[in-house]
Amino acid sequence: MKSKADVVIIGGGVNGCSLAYHLAKKGFDVVLVEKKYLSSGATGACGAGIRQQWSTKENASLAIQSVKIFEQLSKELGQDIEFRQGGYLIAVHDEKEMKQAEKNVAMQRSLGLKVDILKPEEITDVVPILDVKGMSAIGATFCPTDGHANPFKTTFAYADAARKCGATIYTHTMVTDMKITKKIIRAVVTDKGSIKTSVVVNAAGIDSKSIAEMVNVKLPLTPFRKEIMATERLQPLFEAMVISFKDGIYFSQQKEGQIVGGIPIPEEKSGYKTMPTFTFLQHMAQTLTRYAPVLKHVNLLRHWTGFYDVTPDARPILGEVKEVKGFIQCNGFSGHGFMISPMVSNILTELIVKGKKSDVLENLSLERFKGKKIEKELSVVG
Amino acid sequence: MKRSIVCRCEDISEEDVIHAIEEGYTDIEELRKKLRIGMGPCQGRVCIQLVARILEKKTGKKVAHIPLPTVRPPLVPVSLGTLACEKDEK
Repeated sequence: MKSKADVVIIGGGVNGCSLAYHLAKKGFDVVLVEKKYLSSGATGACGAGIRQQWSTKENASLAIQSVKIFEQLSKELGQDIEFRQGGYLIAVHDEKEMKQAEKNVAMQRSLGLKVDILKPEEITDVVPILDVKGMSAIGATFCPTDGHANPFKTTFAYADAARKCGATIYTHTMVTDMKITKKIIRAVVTDKGSIKTSVVVNAAGIDSKSIAEMVNVKLPLTPFRKEIMATERLQPLFEAMVISFKDGIYFSQQKEGQIVGGIPIPEEKSGYKTMPTFTFLQHMAQTLTRYAPVLKHVNLLRHWTGFYDVTPDARPILGEVKEVKGFIQCNGFSGHGFMISPMVSNILTELIVKGKKSDVLENLSLERFKGKKIEKELSVVG
Repeated sequence: MKRSIVCRCEDISEEDVIHAIEEGYTDIEELRKKLRIGMGPCQGRVCIQLVARILEKKTGKKVAHIPLPTVRPPLVPVSLGTLACEKDEK
């Protein structure tokens, strides 16, 4: 194992691998350490969606800029990440939701996003299999440039590109401690040896909290178990991702033809339990067949569990913490880490390479939870 | 050209698996995510043992030490209509 590095990244998900690529490309000596295998955490369990329709300006803006990067990412990385722009259709169920939707759309349009409010009869123009009455929609918002990409292939493509630029990736390697002196990061200790460094990026998903505790930094992260299911492959039926904030459901048809989607389990509590439940299957099947009755004939193949690492305002924690110099956070994505990963790694690369600060970093720093009023992201699904 | 199929659900051949291992995907879960082996209707009943053997041959790691991928319920395909039924429905 290497004994020193400019930057050590903890966590081999999409954000860790993307950052490793960008830093290595800038000539930094980067080591990435992953406890299991690449994309074994939230990235590997993710629903693959890429959405720009958010309620907070930061998330919307991060997502819009990320989509611009996703559009040319296959070319840049030299591997197909299966990025497709079929749009996101967000169901609106009542007047209260419509008011919020109008507010969101106005803000999103001010950022230059093309997004429309659809009448009930226009919903099936976008997704023909939907039953507008069954889903009790009074309208919807639709952004045609939202879409999805393959999270595994994106992560693997970043990792391959990072290695080609000189980064070193150790999988099945566990971080056991971090050394600090005078509140400055000195080294990362793993079960395979220790690496001297002055910059550590904590991109460990739900394990970020325990990583930070090694240097007495407290992160307000709560793990929430989420379940997702996949059906058998079908001929192409629809291109858009369908979501509802009220019902919590989301589903889309992937490139291979399977329908992938999830929904929160009623009365689910936070925790690290991983076994999928029958409660989810029944609730998902009931809601999905209410939205798209024709799907009752379709076979479900498998379902699995992943985790959202949720912050009190459902927005990520990014940047260096005040308590320890060189300790950078890249976690708390609250279920949307994949879709904003291109911009997150850009911002953190600028910070690490040039020491560049920005409003986004200021607004998403750990400091925001210390006393100040926080603005909560409302458009969370799943 | 002769092509030995390892995964019938996703049409993955022995050569595809060997190629991926040579690219550095030496974890059975990584291979699964890279090639979609075990993600089809049989859930790996046909392919996983074969992939484990290819892995043993290529990496020297014994089959007994290669963990099976996480089991994803249900074990056989079930229609959404059946799953959506209430418990007391016939």
